[in-house]
Amino acid sequence: MKFAVLVYETPSELAAREDPERVGGYWAAYTAYSQALGEAGIAAGGAGLQPPSVATTVRMRGGQRLVQDGPFAETKELLGGMFIIDVANLDAALEWASRCPAAATGSVEVRPLLTPPPTP
Amino acid sequence: MTDEARSVVELIARSSYGRLVALLASRAGDVAGAEDALGDAFLRALTRWPLDGVPENPDAWLVATAQRRLIDAGRHASVRERAEPELAYAATLLAAPDSAATLPDRRLELMFACGHPAIDPTVRTPLMLQVVLGLDAQVIASAFLSAPSAMAQRLVRAKRKIRDAGIPFAIPEAEELEARLDAVLEAIYAAFGTGWDALDGGDPERADLAGEAIFLGRLVTHALPQAAESHGLLALMLYCHARTAARRAADGAYIPLSAQDASRWDHRMIGEAESALSVAARLRHSGRFQFEAAIQSAHVGRGFGHAVEPHAIVGLYDALIAVAPTVGALVSRAAAIGGADGAEAGLAAAAALPEAAVESYQPWWALQAHLLQRLGRTDEAQVARVRAAGLTQDPAVRAFLLRDPGLPPSSR
Repeated sequence: MKFAVLVYETPSELAAREDPERVGGYWAAYTAYSQALGEAGIAAGGAGLQPPSVATTVRMRGGQRLVQDGPFAETKELLGGMFIIDVANLDAALEWASRCPAAATGSVEVRPLLTPPPTP
Repeated sequence: MTDEARSVVELIARSSYGRLVALLASRAGDVAGAEDALGDAFLRALTRWPLDGVPENPDAWLVATAQRRLIDAGRHASVRERAEPELAYAATLLAAPDSAATLPDRRLELMFACGHPAIDPTVRTPLMLQVVLGLDAQVIASAFLSAPSAMAQRLVRAKRKIRDAGIPFAIPEAEELEARLDAVLEAIYAAFGTGWDALDGGDPERADLAGEAIFLGRLVTHALPQAAESHGLLALMLYCHARTAARRAADGAYIPLSAQDASRWDHRMIGEAESALSVAARLRHSGRFQFEAAIQSAHVGRGFGHAVEPHAIVGLYDALIAVAPTVGALVSRAAAIGGADGAEAGLAAAAALPEAAVESYQPWWALQAHLLQRLGRTDEAQVARVRAAGLTQDPAVRAFLLRDPGLPPSSR
């Protein structure tokens, strides 16, 4: 069963990527985690995301394309990336999610992937 | 007055909840019904006590009120029959508020019902924590890494099973006692282990579980002083809990057992552990928890400068594995062999374990890293260390493994 492990990081954790003193520890932790997923044979995809400050949002309204810088919502936790894992059940997914570095500082959301609708 | 009544209700809810549920449930044979009735009684207390004053014996008032509600709800005449003597007793306590008599404590009976073989083994510990200690499903789900709604459902199902299957609220007869007591002790130890791991993760809410488990352990030793393993389990938990303060540096950094400052251990608690273990030994009935406690005693002795002969520790693990071959014990035995016969021998013992059991087991990789480092196989040690770091839930352990290659791995 496939789950998305959504990694919500605190602004301070995300800033570690740019901080020369903390960047080494930051990537070492995530590298160790994603290697452990790979070695366990449950890694099924995923990606890291650049911070929301470089995001751009598009909305179609009344035929008009509205392009906006951001979002710049004030949030304590920001989506920093995701892992897709293939495990037996929710409890196993939660076990792996709890090992994600962000679990101890931000939060990690676990959601089953949507099964594609049957083709007619 | 209102505030005073409210704070008395809250105090009782915190301190007496498990005792009152146990008493009501053991009479009615129905945990969920007892919890509902007691919840109602607490609500009534919140409205009545500010008006009528707090009763002289609030526990008896709550039991009598809940009992009446249970009888009203009781579809079976047997519920009424069984409840009758209890109600009469509570009534006498209410009538004679300054008598020294207290309500009987049925928490052990309740624990035996929760740990009954007819209950799904994976839900026994959560059930015990909820009904004996009053922890809510949310906290329990978090401690057991399970979805809150799923945990709540499993608890409801287990309580229904207790009622519908007629599971007795009784301490089993002698011939049955040993096996049934094992399930109760296992559940207490699982609660302790969850609390201990939570302490690693720095989660204070869950870490309280360790203290709650010790409380349940004491309850069992008081009720069944002849059961050697209950003293063994209490000793084991106290040895581990005594080291709590020494497991972290002031800045939160992880300190492995071998590098801990023994002066920061709780010496009074260690003394209590030593006496519990010797009580167990005098009962001459060995078992898993006594072996584990003896191993902890050896670790503690080393911290105080009385090194235990390394092969004796391997011997204790052999004895432990003969009765409880858990993956944790097998990995720890390999570590003990590494200490007694050298790193090569330790690696060989670790390599002999089934791959499926250890491939995502953090302590196995931490041990690999430690033993390979001792042999100077630095590159392989580094790979194992990164793997161990990727498998831990604890940021302090992760930081320790990713930064400090020279020190030994974690050890309980």
